[in-house]
Amino acid sequence: MKLKFIEEKIFNVLMIVATLIVFGFFASIVWTIVKTGLPSLSWEMISQLPGGGFYLGKEGGILNAIMGSLMIVLASALLGLLISIPIVFYINVYLKKKSKLAYFTRLSFDVLFGIPSIVYGAFAFTIMIALGLKTSLLGGIIVITLLIIPIFVRSMDEVAKSVPSDLLDAAYSLGATKLEACKVVLRQIAPGIATATLLSVGKAIGDAAAVMFTAGFTDNIPTSLDQPAATLPLSVFFQLSSPIPEVRERAYAAALVLTLIVLVLSIVGRIITNRFSKNKLI
Amino acid sequence: MSLKKSFRPGYKFVRQSEGAELEVRNLNVHIKNNHILKNVNLVLPDKKITCIIGPSGCGKTTLLKTMNRLIDSVEGVRIDGGILLNNENIVGSGEKIINLRRKIGLVSQKPCPLPMSIFDNVAYGCRIHGIRNRRKLRMIVQYYLEAVGLWDEVSNRLNTPAARLSVGQQQRLCLARSLAVEPQFILADEATSALDPISSRNVEELFVKLKQDYSIIMVTHTLHQAKRIADHVVFMYLGEIIEAGPANEIFTNPQHQLTKEYLSGAFN
Ligand SMILES: Nc1ncnc2c1ncn2[C@@H]1O[C@H](COP(=O)(O)OP(=O)(O)OP(=O)(O)O)[C@@H](O)[C@H]1O
Ligand SMILES: [Mg+2]
Repeated sequence: MKLKFIEEKIFNVLMIVATLIVFGFFASIVWTIVKTGLPSLSWEMISQLPGGGFYLGKEGGILNAIMGSLMIVLASALLGLLISIPIVFYINVYLKKKSKLAYFTRLSFDVLFGIPSIVYGAFAFTIMIALGLKTSLLGGIIVITLLIIPIFVRSMDEVAKSVPSDLLDAAYSLGATKLEACKVVLRQIAPGIATATLLSVGKAIGDAAAVMFTAGFTDNIPTSLDQPAATLPLSVFFQLSSPIPEVRERAYAAALVLTLIVLVLSIVGRIITNRFSKNKLI
Repeated sequence: MSLKKSFRPGYKFVRQSEGAELEVRNLNVHIKNNHILKNVNLVLPDKKITCIIGPSGCGKTTLLKTMNRLIDSVEGVRIDGGILLNNENIVGSGEKIINLRRKIGLVSQKPCPLPMSIFDNVAYGCRIHGIRNRRKLRMIVQYYLEAVGLWDEVSNRLNTPAARLSVGQQQRLCLARSLAVEPQFILADEATSALDPISSRNVEELFVKLKQDYSIIMVTHTLHQAKRIADHVVFMYLGEIIEAGPANEIFTNPQHQLTKEYLSGAFN
């Protein structure tokens, strides 16, 4: 056999092996969560607030954490989008390709991207103390928004950078303003925005460190922005550190709920993405 | 002049141009350190077809892009000299650029449909210039798609993505899209490069019809096409205009050696 075909075979096998490793890893995590969590998962668990002795293995559920997480994630995803989209358009449409400002903006977001979420939490906490604020839903929303903006910006930026300049030129030669050209670009990068949103939501809903100091924890569903909010990762964390085995099993059930929420959001996101990418070029 | 007033589909292309004049004076374009256009002087006659010919890379596209200021978005570009539209210099004038591009429409060399449906592609220019009435938009879209000979092929799938059209169809779509905003000048950069001979002929006939009301400047690599429809011919070589004049003079009696060689096919 010729060398290049052997080479092709080897790489083919390597790719399959790599894919299988990732898939096996994914399957084993899901398996652990399902095996330990599913027996404790009940309708009571996802439909009730924690009762008095919930953390000692008594009655109640994690509705507080489910609602808190959903509120924080949906609000901050929306806020994050509203802030990131203008940034992406500014550095891709308004600034020149080699602009220094665009370069430094990208650089700062790369750095922000790598900062651990606990640092975001601590940073937000010091500011909240300085302003005399207590842990609250609003605090959680703000810190999660800050946490996911770099993810939004960097992943949308990658897509926006690959928009052909011909597309902008086509809009301009019909007499479009930059803003109108941005709206055309928006259609082209809509699938990218959807992907960025999925990545951000995944990160936002699973993060415990940032919300620990800022959103706090409570057994109730917050009814206003200045009340503390519970979150699923913290709920998992508290239950997992319990010495009582039933409580630890419930932690897995909570993790299972978290995973299912991410799964549902991803599937919905993909469906929406496919609808949006209908008109995309290439 | 507003699109609303001038638009009367069903009649021939009606667009009262008031003898607009486009003149290029001592134009020099540098991109970074490359001198792309060298001292270009040109008067573009109204309601005529001017063909720009010349070997690949001689600066034809750059010249067209300079005329509607699309060149502004190119990195490191420097423009010296003037382009006068009705005796007003369009180089360097700030916010008028949007109106300018509406008056001087460019059909680019590479067709680039907008990421929307076929209908929306043609309607886009009208929409951003303020036409919202759906019935009117439908008339405009049908009128210009018919004009470029695309209507019969797409009339039953106007709401499908334009990106799914073939390259030749995209080229005609982009032409229709540019015409729909009714510019005074149409800069067509190899508008028939992806078309078969019959479709090319149709577009040529369209241009001949259009020149009653519009001024057309087209770049072409097909000398036969230039011979068929050009009133004026401009021959460019390495960023300079070597020769320009009425088509029959250039074709029958070129003055410059380079023009003679190009026309006899020595460059190909
Ligand atoms: N953005 C740019 N940066 C650097 N050089 C450029 C740029 N655009 C064009 N040029 C150069 O300018 C010259 C003229 O290019 P232009 O596209 O105007 O040629 P053309 O006559 O349209 O050629 P063709 O017939 O192949 O389309 C070429 O040498 C090209 O390399
Ligand atoms: Mg060209």
